[in-house]
Amino acid sequence: MAKVTFIQPDGAEQVVDIPEGWSIMEGAVRAGVIGIDADCGGACACATCHVQVELEWAEKLPPKSEMEETMLDFAIAPKPTSRLSCQLRVTS
Amino acid sequence: MAEQIVIIGAGQASVQAVQSLRAEGFQGRLTMVGDEAYPPYQRPPLSKAYLLGTFARERLFLKGDDFYREAGCELLLNIRATAIDRAARTVTLSDGRTLAYDKLLLATGTRVRKLKCPGVDLPGIHYLRDIADVDGLQDVFKAGARIAIVGGGYIGLEVAAVSAKRGLRVTLFETADRLMPRAVSKPVSDFFAAEHEKAGVVLKLDTLVEGFEGMSRVEAVRAGGVSHPADLVLVGIGVAPNDELAAAAGLACSDGIVVDRNAMTSDPAIFAAGDCTRHHGRDGAEIRLECVQNAIDQAKHAALAMMGELKTYNEVPWFWSDQYDLKLQIAGLARPGDSIVVRGEPSSRKFAVFHLRDGAAAAVEAVNAAPEYLIGRKLIAANAAVPPERLADTSIPMKSFA
Repeated sequence: MAKVTFIQPDGAEQVVDIPEGWSIMEGAVRAGVIGIDADCGGACACATCHVQVELEWAEKLPPKSEMEETMLDFAIAPKPTSRLSCQLRVTS
Repeated sequence: MAEQIVIIGAGQASVQAVQSLRAEGFQGRLTMVGDEAYPPYQRPPLSKAYLLGTFARERLFLKGDDFYREAGCELLLNIRATAIDRAARTVTLSDGRTLAYDKLLLATGTRVRKLKCPGVDLPGIHYLRDIADVDGLQDVFKAGARIAIVGGGYIGLEVAAVSAKRGLRVTLFETADRLMPRAVSKPVSDFFAAEHEKAGVVLKLDTLVEGFEGMSRVEAVRAGGVSHPADLVLVGIGVAPNDELAAAAGLACSDGIVVDRNAMTSDPAIFAAGDCTRHHGRDGAEIRLECVQNAIDQAKHAALAMMGELKTYNEVPWFWSDQYDLKLQIAGLARPGDSIVVRGEPSSRKFAVFHLRDGAAAAVEAVNAAPEYLIGRKLIAANAAVPPERLADTSIPMKSFA
C-alpha cells in the first residue's frame, strides 16, 4: 500500500492509499479524485488521467512508452513531468 | 425537484449517473438495481487482461464500496426490475419490492445474441459478457486446448489474441469475407487478419457455422460442410439491447429504447443511457452504440436533464480494442460511400485510415497511432475539411492539422 497525494489546481490535497500492483489512476478513480476521469479504464486510449508528478518522484518513474508519450503530447497543457496516471504502477 | 431517482442496471452508465447527479447537487434518494451479483464493473478488460489472467477481479470494479456509501446510493444487487408502472411512478422488483420514483434511469445494457443451430446447447460452448462468463471459461482455457471462436468482431478477435498468447490452438469462423466488417474499413481488417495469422490463428472467413457435434460436450464445429475438432467454443456474434422492460411499459422502442438528445424517453420522467438506447447520431441518423463513451456521455446528459438542465448530446463516439501489442483506436462513425485515406504503411504496424464525407473528417481508425486518433477526433468534432493528399503525406506531422 502506498500513500499518494493528489493536489488539485486550487491547491486542495487528497491522500489516497493505493495497493501494490494497481495503477495510480485506479487508486484515484476509486477514491473519486476530481479530474481523473480515466474514461477508457486504463487502456492508454483517452488521455483523461493526465497528472503532473513532483520532480523528485518524476525522476524515479520508469520511462514513458511511445504510446504514452504521443498521447501526452495532445493532453491539455503537458509539461516535462506530465504522465498518464494509468501507466504508473505502485511497486514496493 | 426530484426527490427519488431509481437507476435500473448497474454498469458504466449507472455509475456515471450517480456521480453526475451528486455533482449537480441532487440531494434526494438514489437507488441502483442490478441483476448481477457484483457492483458496477468495467466490461472492456473481460475479453482482454481479465481473461488472460493478469488482472485481478477487484480491479474490475468501477468504484469501491465507500463510493456508494458516500454518494448515498443504495445498491440492490442480484435483483431484476420486472415492471414499470408509469402512472403510479413505481418499479416492481423480482424480490417483490416496489420502488417509487420521481425520475427513472434505464441503463439496462445489452445481452449476447445466441447462436441458433444444432448442438448449440452442448456443454463447452461459451459466450462472453459477464464476469461469471469469463470465470466459467477458466478451467478449460488452458495451453494446448483447441478453441473455436465464432465471430470475427471485437470480442472474437480479442479472445483469439488472448488464446494465442496463452498457448491455445485457435480457429476463428466469420461469415463475412473480412474481420470486424461492421467496425472497420478493409485495410484495417486485412491488417488484423495478417497479424492473427502470424500469431498462429487459423481464420475461416466467408464461413457459416452450421452446428456443433459432440456426445456429452462439444467436440467439433460443423462449418462449410467440414467438422473442425474443438475442446471449447466461444461465440461472439454481437449483442441485443435489453429494451423489453421499457417496451412493456409502453415506451417507444426500436431495437433499443428510443431517446432524444437529452437522453429522455417518450415519458419525460424516464431517461435511458448507454448500450440499451437508440438515439440520433451527429448526422441525424438513428443509431445504437455499444461503447464506454456513449455510456458515460449519455449518462451525463441524462443526469443534467433530470436536474432540469438541457444540454444537447452530440458527442463523437470513440472505441478501442487491444489485440496482441496492437492498439486499435476509432473515433467517429464511418458510412458506406465515405472516401478513404490511408496514412502510413500497414506493414510498419503503425497507420491510420481516415474516412472523409463531403471533404470533411467523419471517422478515423488508428493502429498504434495516437496522434492520428487524437487529432482525428478533434477534426471530426469540428467537422473540419481536410485535403486528402496532405492527410496521406506522413512527412506532414499530424499536429499541423489541429
